[in-house]
Amino acid sequence: MTTELTNETDAIAKSASQAAPNIISLSNSPSEEIIRGVGDSLWIIALRRLRQDRLTMVAIGVLLFLTVLSFSAPLFAAALQIDPDRVGTGEAFTPPFTGRHFLGTDDLGRDHFIRLLYAGQISLGIAFTAATLALILGIALGVYTGYYGGLVDDLMNWFISTLDSIPSLFLLILIFSLFRPGPPAMILVLGILGWTGTMRLVRGETFSLREREFVIAARSIGASPFRTMFVHIAPNIFSIIIVTMALNIGGLILTESALSFLGFGVKIPTASWGSMLTDVQTFYTKGPYLAVAPGLLIMITVLCLFIIGDGLRDAFDPKLKEKA
Amino acid sequence: MTRYIIRRLIYSIPILLGVTILTYGMMTVAFPQGPVAAMSFSPKSTPAQRAKLTEQLGLNDPPVVQYFKWLGRVLQGDLGRSFAAKRNVSDLIWERASATVELGGLSLLLGVIIGVPIGIWAAVRQGSWFDNITRVASVIVSAIPIFWLGIILILIFGSWLNILPMGGRFPTNLSGEYTLWERIQHLILPVFVLTAGDIAVLSRYMRAATLEVSRQDYIRTAQAKGLSERVVWFTHAARNALIPLATFLGPALVGLLNGAIITETIFSWPGLGRLTYEAVTQLDYPVVMATVLIGAISTVFGYLLSDILYALIDPRIRYS
Repeated sequence: MTTELTNETDAIAKSASQAAPNIISLSNSPSEEIIRGVGDSLWIIALRRLRQDRLTMVAIGVLLFLTVLSFSAPLFAAALQIDPDRVGTGEAFTPPFTGRHFLGTDDLGRDHFIRLLYAGQISLGIAFTAATLALILGIALGVYTGYYGGLVDDLMNWFISTLDSIPSLFLLILIFSLFRPGPPAMILVLGILGWTGTMRLVRGETFSLREREFVIAARSIGASPFRTMFVHIAPNIFSIIIVTMALNIGGLILTESALSFLGFGVKIPTASWGSMLTDVQTFYTKGPYLAVAPGLLIMITVLCLFIIGDGLRDAFDPKLKEKA
Repeated sequence: MTRYIIRRLIYSIPILLGVTILTYGMMTVAFPQGPVAAMSFSPKSTPAQRAKLTEQLGLNDPPVVQYFKWLGRVLQGDLGRSFAAKRNVSDLIWERASATVELGGLSLLLGVIIGVPIGIWAAVRQGSWFDNITRVASVIVSAIPIFWLGIILILIFGSWLNILPMGGRFPTNLSGEYTLWERIQHLILPVFVLTAGDIAVLSRYMRAATLEVSRQDYIRTAQAKGLSERVVWFTHAARNALIPLATFLGPALVGLLNGAIITETIFSWPGLGRLTYEAVTQLDYPVVMATVLIGAISTVFGYLLSDILYALIDPRIRYS
């Protein structure tokens, strides 16, 4: 009877360690093996779930593909012997699939495909870096103000409310049209203005978790505020944070493209997917095909990010039972 | 509660002041010589002309003095005169606001009417074909940049099929007369563009909230004591699930104003968003200040309304 049990626990421990080979066992005692083996860390479980989630894996794949494709733009340009900035009005509005112009040329005769790739670098680069900056600021300040409340919360709230009271696009077109920032400054502006949403969310969530039994229990047995905030409360909002991150990047791609579309974002000759659509309304009759690809790429990228966010949420959700 | 509202209203004063200082400050920092220097790109303009224009527009005072003069007038209800349109800003705003309210209000209303039931029903029938289709659709719609959606719709329905107008609020003809149907035709595309996003966001919010609520003990209790499914979902679950709807209202107003800038620009809709866009590009200071201030006031009250609704719907929330 005892041996059977031990064998069984060994099997569980083995299967678990196979799935998670990087867990280092500190003890040889079988009972502790069970605890360590079955109780994989949140990250290990999440990673395993993620691998089983085909849709999310596809989205990650597509996003990686688009990123690699965008950043290998110089290679394509060299291979096709196309100068992305060369303006030739004689070649303007070449329809797609003619000669070496795979997706045709735009109003100034520039190759549409190569420009899309270069624009992708800008769109993706700005969104990823700005979102990271925004997230770090948002979480730290959100948990802190949500937990403490009081004066810090009031002060923070005043600052954020002022910033948040101006509809973001009003503020952004104002800043962008007044200061005309280049891509690095755009990242800084978008990041610094973008954290308030995350913070509001984290703060609100912390605010409600603060009153929950397990937090009161943690406090009552003498857990320090820091421990309560980052060991007890933060893991419970982790799934929200990770979803926010993916959504934020998606949102920033949309914001940047809208700004660039309106003519306030990146400046010529630099292009982003949004800025490539700026003048498209003026040549509906000559080159309607130019309206399709940039928007489609924005949509696919943002869609991938939303799917990844969703997949991550499921993967990190401890309430969801793992499929056997 | 009343004390809370009053306190929030008092708090909004420094916020709105902050907004005006921020806006004015940024414009002053960006163009220390004032808007006339920035506007006078024309090589033909002589220094004398520029000086005269500066005098006319009342821009000779130091920026701080100008700001306080502006603030003093605004507190008396005078928003100043537009540099570009040479008209009173308040007249411009009134003219444009109705167009934005028409477009935005209709979109928000349709968004709530369509989005909320979709979300609840998707949660009730979790895993069904309805749930799957609406979920996929809502994610796809959220991922579409609204300006691109507008461009493509205009291309298809305006340029190719030629069945809907490509922009504007009224048909342009010499008589200036139009029928209700013509008005509706002008509304279809921009309202569709704005509503699609609202429905997507709302249905997702409502689905998540309803599912969250459905895991609660009191739902199990309600089911266990034999209440009908309809009562369980719509009386017990939906009421609690409506809480996120309250928090959605503030951001929805902001989204509406943001969406207005893009939608109104694409569809040549003569609203506040387009006015802001024009004012910013033309450095029309008085109009910029006014539209940003109006945006801020709408936002502040939107969030306040959100918080009040939040407390009304959820009795566990107490503001003190």
